[in-house]
Amino acid sequence: MPKRIVFGLSALLIGAVQPALAQQFETPGSRLLATGGASTIEGSGGGGIVPWATLSSYADEGEWGGTAQMTEVQVDDFSLSVQGASINWNNRVEVSYARQQFDLETIGGELEQQVWGVKARISGDLVYGAWPQVSAGVQYKRNQTFALPQAVGAQDDTSTDYYVSAAKAWLAGPFSRTWVANLTVRSTEANQLGLLGFGGDKGDSREWVGEASVAMFVNRYWAIGMEYRQKPDLLSFAKEDDWKDVFVAYFPSKHVSLVGAYADLGSIAGLDSQTGWYLSVQASF
Amino acid sequence: MKTLVFAAALLLGSIMPSTAQAQSSALYQQLGERSGIETIVEEMLLGVADDERIAHYFADVDILRLHKLISEQVCNVSGGPCEYTGETMAVSHNNLGINNADFNALVEHLIAAMEQQEVPVSAQNELLALLAPMHRDIVE
Ligand code: HEM
Repeated sequence: MPKRIVFGLSALLIGAVQPALAQQFETPGSRLLATGGASTIEGSGGGGIVPWATLSSYADEGEWGGTAQMTEVQVDDFSLSVQGASINWNNRVEVSYARQQFDLETIGGELEQQVWGVKARISGDLVYGAWPQVSAGVQYKRNQTFALPQAVGAQDDTSTDYYVSAAKAWLAGPFSRTWVANLTVRSTEANQLGLLGFGGDKGDSREWVGEASVAMFVNRYWAIGMEYRQKPDLLSFAKEDDWKDVFVAYFPSKHVSLVGAYADLGSIAGLDSQTGWYLSVQASF
Repeated sequence: MKTLVFAAALLLGSIMPSTAQAQSSALYQQLGERSGIETIVEEMLLGVADDERIAHYFADVDILRLHKLISEQVCNVSGGPCEYTGETMAVSHNNLGINNADFNALVEHLIAAMEQQEVPVSAQNELLALLAPMHRDIVE
């Protein structure tokens, strides 16, 4: 064994004088595998439907990172397509963008929205220390197909959501598995994310809603979990329900992650019990 | 070469269990006991030596001594029959300027070493949970 250590020592000395090129392209960032989470349908780093206190990509102190994502959701009478991207500076600030196309397959028509997000890590670290990682963020939303939302009572075509999130990992939680939990409180006036505009005939003021996620890592690469997201209910033409999903996430490397979920989106635009599949792919660099 | 052999002997001698301490924990066993831990730490240090992000920290360090001390420490925290004979984490990492990214880089090599040695995920997690609180004393 000492021979190998001597080998390592010389590798170390050679390594010390070589330019840092190779490593930079090999690893997207220094945070641990899976701590970048996935991309939400609103573009922010998080689970699938809940923004987490974690920042996207693997960028750590002194590093830049970025992600690109594609997400498809297919429920009984609707489908949602999302394309998005984000950058992360220093594991301190995340800037994200997402565009959503919501296909009203049964009713006919399409709704579109763009979401710009900024999230800042305020304190703590997901993995280290006794306290959770806490972040605060905004999502500026712009509905680009406001005619229909306006016709059913929505008041505005743009609005901003504000949220605060806390996330914590337990390296060896129950079953000696790594667990992650996230809680988010959000101030919003969005109808169905904003796809049906903002504010409504039942109310034109902001509401606080709660959102939660919990995940367990089966091993280093696979996680299972669930999410819950409260939603406002501001339009009288159709009831809006809370959303929930159960998911499986796969992190084969720091470059790519896949999330598959079974989602229950409740009643949408008068069509009840919308359930179906969610699939998301994210690339990190 | 002579110093190397001497260091190797020292390394073996220092981690030999005394009979009084022979009872060992499940985690210690799952890490492969003394020899498994030494291999894990060795693999980790080889990974570190090859890693541009952090190799420079170890340029002037006596790697054999470091291997011995980290092995002792892992053996000790995992419930094995070893005494840790080194400095405290706060003292030995004082003023090195180690940041969060550096710490994660080292943990990544530890995880890779444990994966390579086919340490069960539960044991990996238990060891990581025992080492993670040292972050406070190591990272500035
Ligand atoms: C949980 C993580 C870590 C553990 C358990 C650990 C353990 C140790 C131990 C036992 C020693 C020997 C103490 C002594 O000299 O008496 C040591 C020294 C050292 N460690 Fe760490 N360490 C950790 C993280 C790190 C990190 C992240 C770095 C840098 C990237 C680092 C760099 C060093 C250096 C350079 C020394 C030698 C200091 C000297 O001899 O002057 N360590 N470490």
